[in-house]
Amino acid sequence: MSAVVVRGLRKQYGEIEAVQGIDLDVESGEVFGFLGPNGAGKSTTIKILCTLAKPTSGQATVAGYDVVTQRDEVRRHIGLVFQDTTLDDFLTAEMNLRFHAELYGIPRAQVAPRLEQVMNMVGLWDRRAHLVQTFSGGMKRRLEIARGLMHSPRVLFLDEPTVGLDPQTRVSIWRYIQELKTRERITIFLTTHYMDEAEFCDRIAIIDGGKIVAQDTPANLKAQVGKDRVSITTADDAAAMARLHELFGVEPALREGHVMFAVEDGAQFVPRLFAELAVPILSVSIARPSLDDVFLAHTGATIRDKEQQAEDPMARMKRARR
Amino acid sequence: MSAGGTMEPIAVSVPPRTLMTDLRAIRIVWLRDMIRFWHDKPRIIASALQPMLYLFVFGTGMGAGMRPTAEIDLRVFLFPGVMAMATLFTCFFSAGSIVWDREFGFMREMLVAPVRRSAIVIGKALGGATTGMFQGVTVLAVGALVGVPYSISMVLILLGELAILSFAITSIGVLVAVKIKSFQAFMAMVQIIIMPMFFLSGALFPLRGLPTWLAVLTRFDPLTYAVDPMRRQVLSQVAGTDSASFGVSWSGWTVPIALELGIVLATGVIALALASRAFSKIE
Repeated sequence: MSAVVVRGLRKQYGEIEAVQGIDLDVESGEVFGFLGPNGAGKSTTIKILCTLAKPTSGQATVAGYDVVTQRDEVRRHIGLVFQDTTLDDFLTAEMNLRFHAELYGIPRAQVAPRLEQVMNMVGLWDRRAHLVQTFSGGMKRRLEIARGLMHSPRVLFLDEPTVGLDPQTRVSIWRYIQELKTRERITIFLTTHYMDEAEFCDRIAIIDGGKIVAQDTPANLKAQVGKDRVSITTADDAAAMARLHELFGVEPALREGHVMFAVEDGAQFVPRLFAELAVPILSVSIARPSLDDVFLAHTGATIRDKEQQAEDPMARMKRARR
Repeated sequence: MSAGGTMEPIAVSVPPRTLMTDLRAIRIVWLRDMIRFWHDKPRIIASALQPMLYLFVFGTGMGAGMRPTAEIDLRVFLFPGVMAMATLFTCFFSAGSIVWDREFGFMREMLVAPVRRSAIVIGKALGGATTGMFQGVTVLAVGALVGVPYSISMVLILLGELAILSFAITSIGVLVAVKIKSFQAFMAMVQIIIMPMFFLSGALFPLRGLPTWLAVLTRFDPLTYAVDPMRRQVLSQVAGTDSASFGVSWSGWTVPIALELGIVLATGVIALALASRAFSKIE
């Protein structure tokens, strides 16, 4: 059974159509990455899937329940971690989780053992009696993940789980996410605008301007954009470029002292290169296509360019205030 | 022993929504407010201090020059009004925590839970009402210092009246807080709603013998019907005083205490119902 199914989903805010008819299929048990620049419609989609906003048209089911007509059923089966903290700073870590358990009506006998388990999972059991206001940003995010798991949801939504965290903490959050997947039999639906993080996902969907432009495994998406890029430095670049064209039919280009060209399979190509080029080669590097290339191929711009286009002065002010 | 490590996950189950789960939600929303209030010692001290200023400084200062009647000390006359005032402000600000919760994100945690929105609203109203009661009781406890004559029945009746008042004001506060997005706007509502309610309620002056325009306005203030029963209760303890002669009247007819309390309670119920409805619509 699919954990999340979305068909023709639209959401209109006044004049602006934030989500313009998208389809998604998320399989049970996978880590699904929803990738796109800020303002592409990621958060709106997640809000609809979490029953916090009603779609203008179209349908969506989460864990088999309709997000409009079976809101309570959906809510019982999902966990949520938002971009901005939703913890009570004036309560202890444990109290925040207990509040959650009571609100979700978790049977009393299950609360204590489950609480210990999820807090251990994120490495915060020793800090359970501390007030949340003493926690760092990374600890708060981990606590939110623990809380989102408290009621054993079938689908865990993580909205930008690593945004605003330092690189080391980002790595540790990802370790928890990976661990979760093996341990909890859970589907994870996350949004991110970090390309490197999307690599950790089983499958990803790229959203741009309210539309899904691609949806597949990272490997397949990269395979679709095609070739590996080979970059060499040689003793005689001009001769090398002429030979490359003549022998292998590629179109080499000279960039910053490197001769660059694209081939189907870079690893297999290199031995032939050394055997046949006849110009001394000083160095070789092969780059597989990255998700950045995928994004570029589907949207015509890099995610960073998109972010800058989308970012108006208000959004920047708001972010600076945080 | 640790439940983490390589152990199997403990799969918990979220039961379908029932009256029991809603009651648990109400309880925990209430309990959170209690825990936060208890940890906020400066707030407890401040809430005890302010009524003292009114009773001792304001009451004593003003009382030097005037007495409502020969038998009644102004401070005793003011006592129910100060009790109502202290409760009023505490309840309203407690309800304001909803605005804080929204601003600091915690509201979302409650909004996505599989509980009735009205359960959250009721929990919040009970939390504010309990804090307000606590405030009222601190004032009640110091009444002896300004010469309020106590009796067990008076204390019990006042507690009941305080409970109704606390519930009603918190409900109004919750209604305002649900409708409002920022804390600045909420503070403005204190000026627009709470200050007029307070001044028109007769907390600080007798409601008989007022100019018509003012008399009419005071009759439209729900707080009037909360202050009056408490005042009549306190003054009935003072020898030689006809407490009913202080009662609120509608064109000469003295409104019975039961009806007054009914008005206050009804105001609270209506406000809470409107708040629940508004809260259910929040996306």
